[in-house]
Amino acid sequence: MTQKASGVFNWLNHRLPIVNTYERHLSKHPVPKKVNFWYMFGALASVVLIIQIVSGIWLMFGYENTEEGAFASVEYIMRDIEYGWIIRYMHTTGASMFFAVVYLHMFRGLLYGSYHKPRELVWVFGMTIYLVMMAEGFLGYVLPYGQMSYWGAQVIISLFGAIPYIGESLEIWVRGDYYISGATISRFFALHVVALPLILIALVFMHLVALHEVGAGNPEGVDIEKHLDENGVPLDSVPFFPYKVLNALVAIGIFGIVFSIIMFFFPEGGGYMLELANFEEANPLSTPEHIAPVWYYSPYYAMLRAVPDKLGGLVVMGAAIAILFVVPWLDRSKAASIRYKGVLSKIAMTIFVISWIMLAWLGTVPVTALRTTLSIIGTIIYFSFFLLMPIYTSIETSKPVPERL
Amino acid sequence: MDETIDLMEDTTTTRRKVLIGMTAGVGAVGASFAVVPFIASWNPSAKAKAVGGPVKVDVSKMQVGQKIQVSWRKQPVFVIRHSKEALANLVQVESKLDDPSSMKIDEPYRGANATRSTSTEYTVIAGVCTHLGCAPKYYPQMESQPWDESWVGGFFCPCHGSMFDIVGRVFKGVPAPTNLKVPPHYFDGSILTIGEERGTA
Repeated sequence: MTQKASGVFNWLNHRLPIVNTYERHLSKHPVPKKVNFWYMFGALASVVLIIQIVSGIWLMFGYENTEEGAFASVEYIMRDIEYGWIIRYMHTTGASMFFAVVYLHMFRGLLYGSYHKPRELVWVFGMTIYLVMMAEGFLGYVLPYGQMSYWGAQVIISLFGAIPYIGESLEIWVRGDYYISGATISRFFALHVVALPLILIALVFMHLVALHEVGAGNPEGVDIEKHLDENGVPLDSVPFFPYKVLNALVAIGIFGIVFSIIMFFFPEGGGYMLELANFEEANPLSTPEHIAPVWYYSPYYAMLRAVPDKLGGLVVMGAAIAILFVVPWLDRSKAASIRYKGVLSKIAMTIFVISWIMLAWLGTVPVTALRTTLSIIGTIIYFSFFLLMPIYTSIETSKPVPERL
Repeated sequence: MDETIDLMEDTTTTRRKVLIGMTAGVGAVGASFAVVPFIASWNPSAKAKAVGGPVKVDVSKMQVGQKIQVSWRKQPVFVIRHSKEALANLVQVESKLDDPSSMKIDEPYRGANATRSTSTEYTVIAGVCTHLGCAPKYYPQMESQPWDESWVGGFFCPCHGSMFDIVGRVFKGVPAPTNLKVPPHYFDGSILTIGEERGTA
């Protein structure tokens, strides 16, 4: 029996590089022997991606992509389909958790300089994933055609109107109508469930291929490739299986607990994950008292509101995302990790984190004169952190990075 | 003999390059034509274009100072009946306005009335903020507001804090770039028709 099985396996393996790929990218893939919990969020992001794909397919079984049917079909999923509510809340909680783990994953990158040579491309692919995720999240939020779906989309699509000359016709082209109608919903549906997920999966693949080519980083910023054993394997590395797999399983277990608590007990996330106004059907004639984005877009929304000019707001918001792509070339520090960077980098990082959280809060609350001023200050700090990075990382003295991990 | 071969090879390579260039060029032109249906299919369909005829509303029952909302092409249109004093005060707010005589937009009834409409009493404006499309809220009272301590009455957009006066003219230093639009309309006695000019139907 075993012989027969191995016969079949050998036949397969001669035609498909199963063992080779498994050993190269999983079982024997060398990873730094010392990393911390910050290095778990990449694995968690791929877990959420799978949750989103599966729960998304199941939502499609009940969802109707029409102007008349969209809102009612979501209620149908929630009330009439067996366990439909759990499928939907899994998807909405998954959306927030996707951004949560990706933000933490990105912050890990900033903290330990994961974008340093030779990992620039890994970072760029990652940022592209983040950009596609933002589009994916926005398109998905429009689909239930609730009040916040409608007015959130109205605001975002109106952003295209800020583009000189072609703006207004571009708005109509994106909507396919003079307002956000069934035409808009059905195209957003197609993009949300087919086009962008395909791009997302392709990008995740590239992100991982690029990562495996250069190897994972570590919190010390030590280049483990410098000291290899006789087989060319870094001395400060351990094979992915079983060492990292078991680590990841613990992380996934803890993550599963957090995810479940939110999904079962706080699926609306206090109005930051699912806004209360969205439990009301879209009404093109009545703007809700207060339009706020879900939490994961709010820092950029605060920046948009901080600029008292339509085109200016759009440019600032776009630049805030675009600048993240070039971080590998802004950081001139010899040390990758914050542990060995100078005091200026540490101060800059602290102020940046505080101002990002402040912007995230400002994006969710109504405008007042004081809050607008705070948003302006936050926006200036956000951009200064990146634009001044070439200066403060080159004038400060960093501590020497150790040879070994 | 050798030279002849070289020469032949040269002409073949050049010829090949020209042929590759031409094929690629024709292919690129073909590809760009092939893109047209994919782009054009996103435009509003014939069905979407057909919806949205004019709407009629009786404005005689409106109180002075009242604002009503009419739906035209699924977008809100505000109709406001102004008092004489409110209209007389319009000149005073002009210093706060970015474009008091609506020079930046295609104003249909420019200079006709202080209301910006074809009526001396009613204002008819699109209730769509020129910033990012929210419906601005009407706050007619002259009293201090959280967003402006010396508020003189008008529209405030809750989304991004744009301010307009009672006839929809934009304030200085707010995100909205232009005044609220005035849709085509006409009055027939107390019947207001929104969506077409008099005599075009």
